[in-house]
Parts: sequence; structure tokens; C-alpha cells
Amino acid sequence: MSELQSESVTTRREAPETRETREETVAALSGDVLDAAVIPAIRRRGLGIGFWLAVGWLAVLVGLAVLAPVLPFVQDPATLDPFALREGPTADHWLGADDGGRDVFARIIYGGRVSLFIGVASVTIGMTIGGFLGLTAGYFRGRYERVVMSAMDTLLAFPALVLALALVTFLSDPGEQGGSITTVTLALGILAIPALARITRASTLTFAEREFVTAARSLGASHRRILTREILPNVVPPMLSFSLLAVAVVIVAEGALSFLGLSVQAPQPTWGNLIAQGRPVLREAPHIALMPCAVMFVTLLSLNFAGDTLRRRFDVREGLL
Amino acid sequence: MRRYLLQRLAQLVAVLLVVSFLTFLLTNLLPGGPENAILGPNATPEAVAELRAELRLDDPLPVRYVRWLGDVVQGDFGESYTQRVPISELLADRLPRSLELMVVAQFLALAVAIPLGIASAYRAGGWLDRWANMTAFGLLALPNFILAVLLVFFLSLGGVVVFGRQVGVDFFPATGLVPWSVDAVAHVKSLFLPALALAAGQIAVYMRLLRTDMVATLQEDYIGTARAKGIPTRRILFRHALKPSSFSLLTVAGINVGALIGGAVIIESIFVFGGIGDLIVRSIYTRDYLTIQAGVLVVAAGFVIVNFLVDLLYSVLDPRIRHVRAAV
Amino acid sequence: MILEVQDLRTSFDTPAGTVRAVDGVSFALDAGRTLGVVGESGSGKTVLSRSIMNLLPRRGVTRSGRVRFQGRDITDLGPKEMTSVWGAEMAMVFQDPMTSLNPVMRIGPQITESLRFHLGLSRPEAEREALALLRSVNIPEPKRRFREYPHQLSGGMRQRVTIAIALACSPSLLLADEPTTALDVTVQAQILNLLADQQAKRHMAMILVTHDLGVVAGRADEIAVMYAGRVVEKAPTEVLFREMRHPYTEALLASIPRLEHRSHTRLQAIPGRPPDLVHPPAGCRFAPRCASVQQRCLEEDPVLRAAETTGHHYACWYPVGTDEGREARERNVARDTAVHVARRPAARRRPRDIGVTGVPVLTDAAPAEPEGGE
Repeated sequence: MSELQSESVTTRREAPETRETREETVAALSGDVLDAAVIPAIRRRGLGIGFWLAVGWLAVLVGLAVLAPVLPFVQDPATLDPFALREGPTADHWLGADDGGRDVFARIIYGGRVSLFIGVASVTIGMTIGGFLGLTAGYFRGRYERVVMSAMDTLLAFPALVLALALVTFLSDPGEQGGSITTVTLALGILAIPALARITRASTLTFAEREFVTAARSLGASHRRILTREILPNVVPPMLSFSLLAVAVVIVAEGALSFLGLSVQAPQPTWGNLIAQGRPVLREAPHIALMPCAVMFVTLLSLNFAGDTLRRRFDVREGLL
Repeated sequence: MRRYLLQRLAQLVAVLLVVSFLTFLLTNLLPGGPENAILGPNATPEAVAELRAELRLDDPLPVRYVRWLGDVVQGDFGESYTQRVPISELLADRLPRSLELMVVAQFLALAVAIPLGIASAYRAGGWLDRWANMTAFGLLALPNFILAVLLVFFLSLGGVVVFGRQVGVDFFPATGLVPWSVDAVAHVKSLFLPALALAAGQIAVYMRLLRTDMVATLQEDYIGTARAKGIPTRRILFRHALKPSSFSLLTVAGINVGALIGGAVIIESIFVFGGIGDLIVRSIYTRDYLTIQAGVLVVAAGFVIVNFLVDLLYSVLDPRIRHVRAAV
Repeated sequence: MILEVQDLRTSFDTPAGTVRAVDGVSFALDAGRTLGVVGESGSGKTVLSRSIMNLLPRRGVTRSGRVRFQGRDITDLGPKEMTSVWGAEMAMVFQDPMTSLNPVMRIGPQITESLRFHLGLSRPEAEREALALLRSVNIPEPKRRFREYPHQLSGGMRQRVTIAIALACSPSLLLADEPTTALDVTVQAQILNLLADQQAKRHMAMILVTHDLGVVAGRADEIAVMYAGRVVEKAPTEVLFREMRHPYTEALLASIPRLEHRSHTRLQAIPGRPPDLVHPPAGCRFAPRCASVQQRCLEEDPVLRAAETTGHHYACWYPVGTDEGREARERNVARDTAVHVARRPAARRRPRDIGVTGVPVLTDAAPAEPEGGE
């Protein structure tokens, strides 16, 4: 049985509908035998332990990141400990210390503050603008939809990372190397718009023609009312599950930018620049790079898994994109 | 068919124009301007004015765009502000490296993903399917720069000693691309890690796409017909089922081929590969606008053109599309 | 004896439980003869034909019983061994020609493929043979069709192609699973005649699966009527139409429009739905829908027993055309009328609202005597 059915790539053209494997193979063959009423019973499943593990990890991480300055066991990420240069994990430094003797655990937590903030904030920006465009495009259709969607497609024609680089540079002050949290958030938020607009539009399309919308329309409800009262409540839950996946994508993008030294600058730690910083001493002190790698990987895995579980719950078909 | 082709070609040109204009706009709206990059922040106003006149930067934007585009069409991308060499030379040096990396990575990804996707669709729900699915999920959560770091650590730095045993090798070079002409074996070795780092995530994506479509195809009646004909399973899978199942795969592979031409920025930079992504990043560091402009244009154009070709490939794969289009 | 099926059972594991799609079917078929398998959708007739060919997915499917083909037990052959049987010795024509041809392959290779694989013909030999096959199934301009794709052909034409594919290696058994259901009425007869012609020419045995008793009436030597995964009546064709014993067969026949009836005569639909095959009813599976149902039918499962005429078998406690059957039917009609009379003042009840022990709805016009079929 396919438990993990995620599409992290947004297919541009119609993909055939996903069929769950075995149940439907059998159902297709015994189609004339199986009572149709049997099928819905398959879908009722809990969210599963994996989902709650993922949510648990994210909750702990967010908690640590938010409370880092007041938690006694999170050290100051900038304090140099001359006795612990490049030291592996010890009782003093749980995940070891970097080549300045700074606590790797603390730096990962503080790096997580940046990564998580940028992830959530960019997706909020992208979701607000992209969601609005997608919602209205899917609802009003016609020329407006064509204009909006081809604009989105043009944006997608640029290599994402290159566009991100250009945007960060464009939004920063001249002479400033890399970006600040604000500029990176803005740049990545803008980048997230087209994908989120497409998905919102697809989701809107499935509801715009439903009976309750037609009913509301025939009762003379205004567009504004239909959009906010009838369609939005239905579109929001699947979009929230997508936004978890989107946060993962943004965190990767931020990681890539800061890995290249084009995002928030050291000494302010971010996951990307921690990894980049550990890379030259990979042979001598692998934990400096590998620890943030591991934390980032588990975080992305959790976001993908939780988002994917929810997405399947709300059953948004990629086929409509 | 011919008319359709012409139509699509016209569309392609239009999109390329839009892309080139946006590229131009983007770099020309960047704050600072080239004089800052060339002369530094402490230049005298006179020097700046002189330079702007020399580069004809004071003309209106549309004029400059048309002039630039006219040159570009003739293969003249201008001269790099910082390196003082024609950009076309830079591109001619960098582009083949990036293309080779992209082709090898795609080939690697497809060569692994297609058999795996077919096998897991054929035995959907079996151990291979579950194992492949879980691995794919893990790979999707692994950003390629992390994977690159891990690959370098375990395959070129010798990895780590666990309980007295060495886990890892130092077989592959950690950076650089040895030219083919110098040493063919070393060339392949130096190409392998970056290609694998790029391919890994795509293996996951391709495998799942193909698997999903293939599972659906295998439930089609014509697969039943083929089975009832007594054709061996392997032939059914590859000859009857693969082609109609490969549309999503083709689409996404097309997008990736296009995106990878310049999207391998990080991998190129980690492995000091000297490709076009590398060039763009360096130009951004140094604010070498003309080079950024040229690099982004080449990359975006590559992306658009590859997608155009993929679109044409559809009609080769699916005769139904071919005839509908012929009728248009 | 070319095919012998003994106590064949096929079930599917579904989340709702085990679906027993084919539940103990036995029959035998001689070379060159035609068996018609008739039943509503859901009766398991399609699963039966696939079980015979062993064309079922392995996962979640359980099959038991014996299938002997040309004197060889093929029940336990794996797919590898079956590939030499499939296409070469037994072939299948599927229901929907729109979906049973590969849309992205030209017609030609779809035919030559099995010729080359099974008979080892070279490409030109196979092409010549395929063109001859296309001609033999009456496809005009075979050369042109050979190079075309399925979507360029009409439905009837495509079904001719699938027949050509099935006939390619001259199999000794052909399974046709509702070969005309998806086609226009005008084309149906042509296709059925084509199948009959080819069968005679090639001395091939055929199993013709259909929901339409009219389709097999003039074309099958023997008919097996299936209900809920079981054969409920089996007889040589003319015997079946003359002396049908099972109320289900009778009801099936009554649901066919007939020319001699006045127009606008209401057809007799069989009330209710086929039973749930996960939890089939105790006793006779047709009982909840049967006009002759009695207490015994709800408790005891009738076994297939021989009728007076040789080769005629049926599974019913109160068979049509016998005294027991007639009495049972009359008893039900009487009680039904009484119930209706008794209930009339209370409320307009929905006529469907009758429990298992109640009386079925097929009341007003069910003839006590079977209509003579020809």
C-alpha cells in the first residue's frame, strides 16, 4: 500500500489520477462484484504515529527556538570557549563546539530561529498574495485568469535560485553583502507566490462549480460574500496542509542562499551558513557541518510528512493543476 | 502539424522576448549600477559620469534594451565589467560544463528511476515498493547541498571511523572537474559526485511519478489484452505500459533539464565546478551586471526551449495528440 | 473434452471482507462447442472467465478448484508457464474495444506481436499473416489499418481487431467477455456472426460471456446461468429455453424485450440487487428477490441437481414448471395480495419495503407458466 504519496514537484500538465494500489486493483477487477459502499470505508484511517512524531519534533524545535534566550541550557551562540575548539559532543557542549569554540547546539537552535521565521513568514506572504490571486482567478475565470496565470508561468520560467539571488540583491541596499532577514523573507515570499497561486486556483476550481456555490449565487449573494463565506472556508484547510510543504521548500531555499553566503550573514547563525562554515573542516571536525545537516534533514522530513499526511486527508488532486 | 509547429514557434519567440526583457529589467533596476561595481564606492562624480557616458547608461531604458537585445541576437553579450573579457567567451567556456553535468545527472536519475518505478508499480505494495517509497521520501527531504556535503564526507574524505572500522572511502575527488582531454577516468570520477548529488532528489521524484502513472496504466484493459496474448511480463512492462505512463515523467524531466542548466548553482559552487551557475553567483558577488544578465538569459532561454521540445515530444509519444494537432 | 472446470472458487480480499466472486463452479466443454455464460453484472461471470485463464492479480486473490485444459491441469501454472498457453492456446476478447487496444501502438504490431512471440515468425511473415487476419475479420483496407492507431478506427472495427488479435495463433479455446456490450446495436450482430463463423472455421471452443440471454440464444450449444458467483441452471440451449427450471432464468428471460409483444409492454425488471458477496444470505442466494421464495429457501442452500432431460441441471427447491413451484408461487401471490389489502388503509407504503421474509415485489404479472422460448 502506498503510504507516502507526496508530489513535491508541481506538475505543470495534467497528471493521471492517483489510484491507491492494491485496493483499487482488486476493486477494478472485482468491480462488478464489489459494492460501491465498501470503498469509502477504506479511507477512514487515523493520522498515524508518524504524523504525531513529526508534529512532536516540530513542536519541540519551535519551542526551543522561541524560548532560546530564556532557556538555561541553551548557551549564548556567540560565546567563544577557548578550551573546546572543534571539540566533539561533551557534557558541556551537547553537540560539540565549532572551530571558534562556540556551542554547536546553541548555534543550531539560534539558526533555527532564523530558518523557521523566514520559512513561516515567506509562506505567509506567498500565501496571502498567491492565495488571493489563485482564489480570484479560479472564481472569476476568463481573461483575468489567463493574465494572472500566464504571469505566474513567466515567473516560473526563471530558475528559482537565480531569481532568489537577484531578488535578494535587488531588495538589499547597495554595498551590503548578502541580505537581511527582511530582504530574504520578502524575496522568498515573492518566489512562493506562483506555486501557491496555482494550487489555490486548482483548489478553488473544484469548489467554484459546486451546488452550494451555485445556490448562494442564485440567492443573489455578492461575489465577495461567496468568496469569503462559501469558497474560502473550503479552500483554507487543504491550503494549510500545502503550506507545511511550502515552509519546507522555503527552508531549503533559505538554506541554499545562506550556504552560498547570500542570505543572512555570519556571525548571525543560520542552518545554511552553519553547514557552509563547517565544510572546510569536514575532515577534521565533521560534527560542525553534520549536526546542522541532521537537524535540518529531520525538520524537513517532519514538515513533508505532516504536510503530506494532511494533504492526503484533504485529498487535493494535483491533476487539476 | 506544420501549422501547429509554426504556432508554437511563434509562441516560443514571444516568451523568449518577455524573458529577455524581464532579465534586462531586473538587472537594470538593481541598485548601485555598474559604475559602482567597476569604480568602487569612492569614485569621483566626474569619473562616474565619464563611465556612464562611455557605457551609454544614460539612454532611456527601452533604447538600451533594444540595443542590448540586438547585440545578443548577434552573439555579442558585451564585456564583463570585472573580468574584462567578452561574456560570450565566458559562456562558451562555462556552458559545456553545465550541460554535461545536467545531461549526466539526468541520465543517472532516469537510469535508476525508470526500472525502480516500473518494478515498484508492478509489485505495488510489495517490499521493493515500500522500501523504494520510503527511500524516496527521505531523499525528498534531503536538500542537495546537504547531500553533497555527505557525499564528500563519505566518498572523498574517507568518512568516519566507527568502532575501529572505516565507514567511507576517499575514492572521488572532492572538488574540481578534470577535463576529458587530460584524463578520461579522472574526468568521470570528478563528474560522479556532483551528478549524483543532483540526481538523487530527481530519482525520488521520477520514481514516484512513474510508479503512480504506471499503476494506473497497469489497470488498463489493454494491459489485460497484452497479458491474454501471452506476451512475457517484461515486454508488457517496457513495451506496452512504459510509453503511455511516461507523460508526467517527461514533463517534470523537461522542467528539470531546463532548470538544471543554471539551477545547479549550489552543486557547481560546492564542487568548484566552473559551470554557468557558478558564473552567475560570482557575478552577483561582484555585481557584474552584464554577465548576470547574459547568464540568466541563457539559462531561462534554455528552460523555455527545453519545455518547448518536451511539448513536441508528447505528440511523438501519443498519436492521439498528434492527430488532434494535425487537425487544428 | 477441451476444458474441464471443477469446483472453481475465486475470492478477493477487500477491506470489507472476503468477496466470494466465483463460488464453486463446475462445467465441461468439448472442442468446437460454445458455452454461453449468462448473468447480471455482479454475478461473477467476468471473474469466472478470468479465473479460467488465470488472468487475475496475485495479491489479494484466492483461487481454488481445478481447471483442466486439453488434458493438462493448468490450475497451478504460474504466469511464466501460462504465457505459452495465453494467446497461443486460449485467447480472450474483451468487453470494451475502446480500451482494450493499446492507444499508443499501431494496430499492426499489436497483432504481429503474438505471432512473432508464439509462432516465431519473422517480421515480414508475421506482417503477411496479420494482414490475412485483418482480411478474415472483414476489415476493409487492411494495409492502411495496419499502420493506423486504434483511435482512428470505429468501435466495431476495433472489436474486429481485438478478435483478429485473439485468433492470431489459432487458439483452441476463445473466451469472449461481453464482446458486444460496448457496441452499437447494428454492429453487435455482425460481431457475433463473425465470432460464430471463425469458430466454425477453426473448430475452436468458445465461452461467450454475456448479460443478455438473447445474445447466446441462437449461438451457444449450452448455457450456464450464473447468479451471485454460482451456476444456478445449466442446460443445452433449446432445453433451457423450453424447460427452464430456475426462477432467476425465468426472470432474466422476462427482462428481454420481445418482438411479438405489443409496443409499450412493460418489461419485467428483476427487483432488488444482487446480494452482498461478502456476507451472502443463508439458503438460496436468489431467495430475497425470488417470486417463489419459501421458508425452506431461506434456510437450505439448494444444490445443483439433474433435471429429467439429460444435461439439464438446476439449483432450486421450488423449480418453475413443476407442481411445487407453481404452488409456491400461488401461495406467495395470495399472501401478497392479503398483505397489500391489509396494509392499504394504514399508509401508502413504498412497495420495496418488504423484508427478507416478506413477499417480493414481482407480483402483478409474473406468469406461473414459463413462456415457451424458441
